Amino acid sequence: MPEQIAVTVNGSLVVVAPGTSVAAAMMRAGASCRTSVRGEPRGPLCGMGICFECRAEIDGILHSRSCQILCVAGMNIKTDA
Amino acid sequence: MLSSRPQFDVLVVGGGPAGIAAAVSAAQSGKRVAIADDNPALGGQIWRGETIHSDPSARAWSSQLRESSVELFPGARIFDQPAPGVLNAETMDGSMVFEYGKLILATGARERFLPFPGWTLPNVMGAGALQALAKAGLPIQGKRVVVAGTGPLLLAVASYLNQRGAIVVAICEQASLATLGAFGLRLFEHPGKIAQAWGLHRELARVRLLTSAWPMAAVGNQILESVVMSVKGTQQRISCDYLACGFHLVPNTELAALVGCRLEGGFVQVDELQTTSVPNIFCAGEPAGIGGVDLALVEGQIAGLAASGHGAAAEKLRRQRAKLQSFARSLEKTFQLRPELKRLAAPETIVCRCEDVTLSQLQPHGSWRAAKLQSRCGMGPCQGRICGPATQFLLGWTPDSVRPPVLPVKLRNLTSESHQPKGELTSVM
Repeated sequence: MPEQIAVTVNGSLVVVAPGTSVAAAMMRAGASCRTSVRGEPRGPLCGMGICFECRAEIDGILHSRSCQILCVAGMNIKTDA
Repeated sequence: MLSSRPQFDVLVVGGGPAGIAAAVSAAQSGKRVAIADDNPALGGQIWRGETIHSDPSARAWSSQLRESSVELFPGARIFDQPAPGVLNAETMDGSMVFEYGKLILATGARERFLPFPGWTLPNVMGAGALQALAKAGLPIQGKRVVVAGTGPLLLAVASYLNQRGAIVVAICEQASLATLGAFGLRLFEHPGKIAQAWGLHRELARVRLLTSAWPMAAVGNQILESVVMSVKGTQQRISCDYLACGFHLVPNTELAALVGCRLEGGFVQVDELQTTSVPNIFCAGEPAGIGGVDLALVEGQIAGLAASGHGAAAEKLRRQRAKLQSFARSLEKTFQLRPELKRLAAPETIVCRCEDVTLSQLQPHGSWRAAKLQSRCGMGPCQGRICGPATQFLLGWTPDSVRPPVLPVKLRNLTSESHQPKGELTSVM
């Protein structure tokens, strides 16, 4: 049984398997990744780091492409403004 | 010992099938070869995740790569060529500079997205995108998925999702049965048979495959709840958790354009040896014409051999390439977008998702450039990679020339100081 990884998404604890992307963890938590210019919730579109719809605040770094970054224990993930 | 400004005889950009085949072939001659790829792991989109271990061809190529002397730089995103033979890249923890003698561009393709009402709702995404997310830990077991759009990718994605326990409610292909039939895919009438033909028999035997079908709207409050499909002229509402929707592929040609390669009809122009209009730059795989993994592997080998001075060996692969190219041409014809899709976007539908620009805000403008200046369409972080192909189809616009940086880059990585040799970058591999 591989060890699980605990991260927080908008303050809530989410436990994921190793190899899980931040985008997948956010979707699991039911969180949108970013809020659009007009205030709409957005989630991943391309899944390959091109569209930037999945950008989120990861460990204080704004606009990180969550589909290209894997979860690490203790990561603090927030929906991007 | 590696310097932080490594010099390569052959640098390959893109670590999918074309890039891996190119690098392995180039390294046979003892040249110093590297692959830079913007993803955290090699394999490209098609050999993503566990596929690199489960697909026989992927396994063979990745073991050849492991046994070769090719140096690997995953997570290195090339964003500029400050001088011929020099490329700047952003890495996970900083930046680095590559120098090359020969460059092979194997930058792959992305899905084409077309706007329709509700397409910006969370859980509406690309077909390949949902597969990629599922491979990266998104639980899909028991989830209801509609797979829609056009192209052979839809079947592959549906099969994968089905295998992983998702309920694929329907596959909706915009092409008509007659078109598919002309391509020799009469088997589309019998999903079980086509599935068998594609090696997907078990997975797709019970899945509903609809032709002349496309999404008219995605509906939901803050998140996707259902889709309204047009199926042979009638509307059907289907409840689902995910809409995996992509309209075939568009090539990633931004870097090729930046380094001065001539494009023709949206693709990088190459000769018999995959040489671009710039003599020391080669291109292989989707940017030179959408043709799938087999063609990408052959083109990669040709480019790798040619770039390492073995043009004669590359010549031997020409016939194989020609055969696969003719298959690619029929693919393109079969999965051509039907004109009805141009009317899917309503005036208030967002076309540019980065800047939330609607179709009605774009329509008064006569060109991509004018729309960009007046409405900010294409000026967000995707730099027009999503809305560019959409406006090309909807409004007939062609994007302007590419300027550096070709990707959004952190300011500190743009400054020249960060490109001076730095010891810690040697650990990037």
